Amino acid sequence: MTTTSWKPTAKEIVEKAELFTSGHRACAGCGPAIALRQVMKATRGPTIVTNATGCMEVVSTIYPYTAWKVPWIHTAFENVAANASGIEAALKAMKRKGRLAHENIDVIAFAGDGGTFDIGIQALSGAVERGHDFLYVLYDNEAYMNTGIQRSGSTPHGASTTTSPAGRVIPGKLQYKKPIADIMVAHEIPYVATASIAYWQDLLVKARRGLETEGPAFMHIFTPCPRGWRYDTSKTIEIARLGVETCIFPLWETIDGEYNLSPQSKIFALKPERKKKISGYLKMQRRFKHLFRPKFKHVIDEIQHRVDERWNRLLKRCNMTQSD
Amino acid sequence: MAVAQQKTLAMNGDEAVALAVKQSDVDVVAAYPITPQTIIVERLSEYVANGEVETEFVCTESEHSALTACLAASATGARTFTASASAGLALMHEILYVTSGCRAPVVMAIANRALSAPINIHCDHSDSMVERDSCWIQIYAENSQETYDSMIQSFRIAEHLQVLLPVMVCLDAFVLSHTLENVQILADETVRKFVGVRQFPLVMGHEGKEVPFKLDPNNPITMGPLDLHDYYFEHKRQQEEAMKIAPRIIKEIHEEFSRISGRKYGNGLIEAYRLEDADIATVCVGSTAGTTKTVVDHLRTKGTKAGLLRLRTFRPLPLTEIMGALENVKALAIMDRSNSFGGSGGPIYHEIRHSMYDAPTHPHIVNYIYGLGGRDMPPTTILNIYKDLQEILQTKKVKRDVQFAGVRQ
Repeated sequence: MTTTSWKPTAKEIVEKAELFTSGHRACAGCGPAIALRQVMKATRGPTIVTNATGCMEVVSTIYPYTAWKVPWIHTAFENVAANASGIEAALKAMKRKGRLAHENIDVIAFAGDGGTFDIGIQALSGAVERGHDFLYVLYDNEAYMNTGIQRSGSTPHGASTTTSPAGRVIPGKLQYKKPIADIMVAHEIPYVATASIAYWQDLLVKARRGLETEGPAFMHIFTPCPRGWRYDTSKTIEIARLGVETCIFPLWETIDGEYNLSPQSKIFALKPERKKKISGYLKMQRRFKHLFRPKFKHVIDEIQHRVDERWNRLLKRCNMTQSD
Repeated sequence: MAVAQQKTLAMNGDEAVALAVKQSDVDVVAAYPITPQTIIVERLSEYVANGEVETEFVCTESEHSALTACLAASATGARTFTASASAGLALMHEILYVTSGCRAPVVMAIANRALSAPINIHCDHSDSMVERDSCWIQIYAENSQETYDSMIQSFRIAEHLQVLLPVMVCLDAFVLSHTLENVQILADETVRKFVGVRQFPLVMGHEGKEVPFKLDPNNPITMGPLDLHDYYFEHKRQQEEAMKIAPRIIKEIHEEFSRISGRKYGNGLIEAYRLEDADIATVCVGSTAGTTKTVVDHLRTKGTKAGLLRLRTFRPLPLTEIMGALENVKALAIMDRSNSFGGSGGPIYHEIRHSMYDAPTHPHIVNYIYGLGGRDMPPTTILNIYKDLQEILQTKKVKRDVQFAGVRQ
């Protein structure tokens, strides 16, 4: 695939019409709402959006209101990739029969981590295996926030949620986060990227690349949630940036399966001393508060160990090694 | 309009479905294989592979995704079709409601098959009967010819602007799906002309102007929104209204189709067979009606006033027509090829018996659960049911209101 030469300026983006408009009912400091707004700023023409059940569906379409200036459909929780399959198939067939007014219509599917890591993974795997031409955007806030902060396959090790509560004996979620973007790379699809709302330009360029990709493209966006992660609503972008700076959520992309570290993360490969410790990131979020009790302190070391292990594995995939 | 030229082909029910889909200018087929529906999907794949259709065929990873893809394609403006049976239909259950709730006119063929456990691939109606509340129109075919004809009519019914509801065309597993039968086939262009190009109703769009009800970048609308206690109920009420209008539309389209095909199935909703002066009668859906007609003919030669009422549509349930047809019957057996466990008989029995409550006179009614898991329903078993009815007619007593026919006791 070819990569876009598009480099949006702040002015250009501010002036571009909002397709996901204000007035929706997301919480103050909502990371996913920022992600949706950014992705919609990267559209290149006529676009149809489909949304899985979840926070973003609920806050943006309370009948009779809608925050969407594009055609938009929600059907259920586990099937957003199947929605995209059907929309894309319909566009193809209608175009073949001369019943489509547009030369090209892009299709974007939005889903949270529950709708992607867990209940939606079958439909996602099937849709990309079939090679439908669409961009799948995962906004990852690391738990079922819409239903009240239950753990998902994305919730990180040690996080306290309402179904993995930190108790006297158990220090929050025992399992580790599923490496979903790598799982998508393993499907051998043409484009996979991770992005953070703290780096809007990188995110927009990646979204545009995903839209320009012929065939399935997958984006994993790191979107902190003040309600679920338990931090002040003003800290969303700071935490999103810290995720990258600690390398717990590195930014990279694969084009036709080739891993490339994005500049925002590459700096920590070149200058490992600038990579921040995970404890500072954990400290900012009260979902990890219990880990700072003497009894559970070892969990912080476990998390740091796993972050380093995954980071080093990623560097190998990107043909880089950490020089420490 | 004169009856169109037709040719006779030997085909099974599944092939009849596939051919009807091929001829009906369908844009998107999304499906997943399940016995005994599989032949439908296979034939459609062949049509695509041979370039005989312009249809986009999406071979999904599950029935849940198959129906989802049809629903989303339909919302985008496409004419869509899928097929399923048994466990596959059960897996679609969630999306059945979403499809009708989104007013997406998807057409689906159901090769009626038993539900697990124990696993069984043969015919009964448990799979579609359990979906009777999902706001899908249900047409039950008696034979492969009717399956073919109903399929073509279904696209018109589903897409009718006053209906806009999905339609299931149900054909009995193996008895119809896999049995060769002579089927009269219309020419491609005749069918294409009959089904026409899909039209869209106008709805209020975002900017306060009327726009076509589909996902169109020129006229964006939001479909499948969060709809809470302040509006949800009204939307559900509208679905009931569409179901109330549907019988008239089904009859009209059935009548219009009969003018080009020369074939009629009662009035399109019910088929009354030798009921005018019948004292005893049975009610059923599906292929069992064919066998029952032979039994009725036999009884008539013996001077027994026997009749049959076949329901072609179970949803919408044509109550007025049913009451009218059964007006003079004195002993009635309702045949259910599914059971409501722990309830009081099968679903057809429930509904007809309930509707008789307000009738000035009503017959003695008995329910027979039959043919579960493909248990054969031979003429002898049906004959025994009519014998039971004769006894009820004489004694004016129903010994047991819910019985099981053809099962080891």
